[in-house]
Amino acid sequence: MSYGETEAVRGIDLEVARGEVFAFLGPNGAGKTTTVEILEGYRKRTGGEVLVLGEDPATAGRGWRDRIGIVLQSNSLDPYLTVRESIELYAGYFSHPRSVEETIALVGLEGKADDRARKLSGGQQRRLDVGMALVGDPELLFLDEPTTGFDPSARRQFWDVIESLQELGKTIFLTTHYMDEAQRLADRVTIIAAGRIVARGTPEDLGEREKAAATIRYRDARGDEITIETLDPVRELNRLTGEALERGEELDGLEVTRPSLEDVYLDLTSTAEGVTSE
Amino acid sequence: MSGLALVGHQFRFDQKAFWRNPASVGFTVFFPVLLLVIFGTIFGSDNVEVRGGHIDTDTYYVPAIITMAIISSTMQTLAMSLVIAREDGRLKRGRGTPMPAWVFIAGRVGNSIVTALIMLALLALIGGLAYGVHFPWDRIPAILLVLAVGAAAFSCLGIALTAAIPTQDAAAPIVNFLLLPLYFLSGVFIPDDQLPNGIIHFADVFPIRHFFLAFFDAYVPGGAHTVAWGHLLIVAIWGLGGLLLAIRFFRWTPRSG
Repeated sequence: MSYGETEAVRGIDLEVARGEVFAFLGPNGAGKTTTVEILEGYRKRTGGEVLVLGEDPATAGRGWRDRIGIVLQSNSLDPYLTVRESIELYAGYFSHPRSVEETIALVGLEGKADDRARKLSGGQQRRLDVGMALVGDPELLFLDEPTTGFDPSARRQFWDVIESLQELGKTIFLTTHYMDEAQRLADRVTIIAAGRIVARGTPEDLGEREKAAATIRYRDARGDEITIETLDPVRELNRLTGEALERGEELDGLEVTRPSLEDVYLDLTSTAEGVTSE
Repeated sequence: MSGLALVGHQFRFDQKAFWRNPASVGFTVFFPVLLLVIFGTIFGSDNVEVRGGHIDTDTYYVPAIITMAIISSTMQTLAMSLVIAREDGRLKRGRGTPMPAWVFIAGRVGNSIVTALIMLALLALIGGLAYGVHFPWDRIPAILLVLAVGAAAFSCLGIALTAAIPTQDAAAPIVNFLLLPLYFLSGVFIPDDQLPNGIIHFADVFPIRHFFLAFFDAYVPGGAHTVAWGHLLIVAIWGLGGLLLAIRFFRWTPRSG
């Protein structure tokens, strides 16, 4: 899969099960949008096999488009149509649309139904964008970096919307560069960096990595900074504190830190970029 | 929805968005009205030499400004609104739905043609009430025929022109730099008895002059013929060229970013 002169992604194997929220996680420029645009049928691939809802997106027709919903990376709203009109317009495109009012409620815009899109906040515009993708009652919904640039409360509201879609049994293909977003929403996560997959699993699996190593830091009696990396922080701490008590000393500035998921993610993605630049 | 019902659906929302957008209403509706009032007021008492005879300047300007308004409703509106929608990602988004491409285009062209008809009625009404230029009711079939051919041709040219406009910011300057000089050179703004022959010959290459002459002949009694088939044919050929260019070069995805 490539465009222009450079190959954007290679050797990517993805399988998304019906009804799951699949997060495709990676830094900017990792190849997320290229991949999702191939899956949506916007971009031609140079190689490989792709099946989405049983059809090749490159050749799939209207019947296939009737079953998917697409939210692009940037908002694409008519600024002069209201929330209700925007959703009505899109409802007309699909063969079995959901009710317009129900869709407005689903994305939490009941109070804004008669406001024009240009008057909405960034988070509300994004939810309208999702509403327009949902009104066709798609089996599969693509969301490309839906919360980039949101403030924390707007992100939380958006996540609530996605969680309610999960309950409706929709399959969701989410790209994001936020680890916490993937962790909160996804059933399965695949991490991509520099066009290659560097890790995959459930958020819990990826979380296992954070249990792997801990760092213990303190200052000894002479004031020297001591750092210990350990796979077994409980025993190690017991030993250290036991010895300190025996000697009647303090462990000044004692702290135990574990790499967060964010650190795991940064570690994985920076390694991959290092490999390709060689 | 069937294809045609879907065109109607698309058209309904395009009309709403058009009339709510101050830029489109300003350019397409108020600007021609303003020009008619200015030209009518300043030159109203003069005569213009046309076809060897003399007519009132107002009688000249009413069909001239209607010509301009039809081009503005079609070519200018389509070129600008489609580039803005393309760069916003709205065209790309629409292509991701089951709506066929032709439905979207037909809705937009329908929007332009209806706007052109509204402008014809509005300017004819102002011409009649303010300047005593009576609407030629007996020539309605010819007027509508010329309007239909011109609106279709200039719609195709507007859609084709989007391919040459890289960004939203470039849309208004490019469209205006193309159209405004040609309105002057084609006799739309300056009566053609005051234009040197060389300029008329230059303007004869482009469709605006021919559309203006065809519309003028349909609107103003006393011409040799009600339908100027030769001029109309040249407009249609330009439109066909625009259609072919549009089919080849029109794009749905943003050019920037």
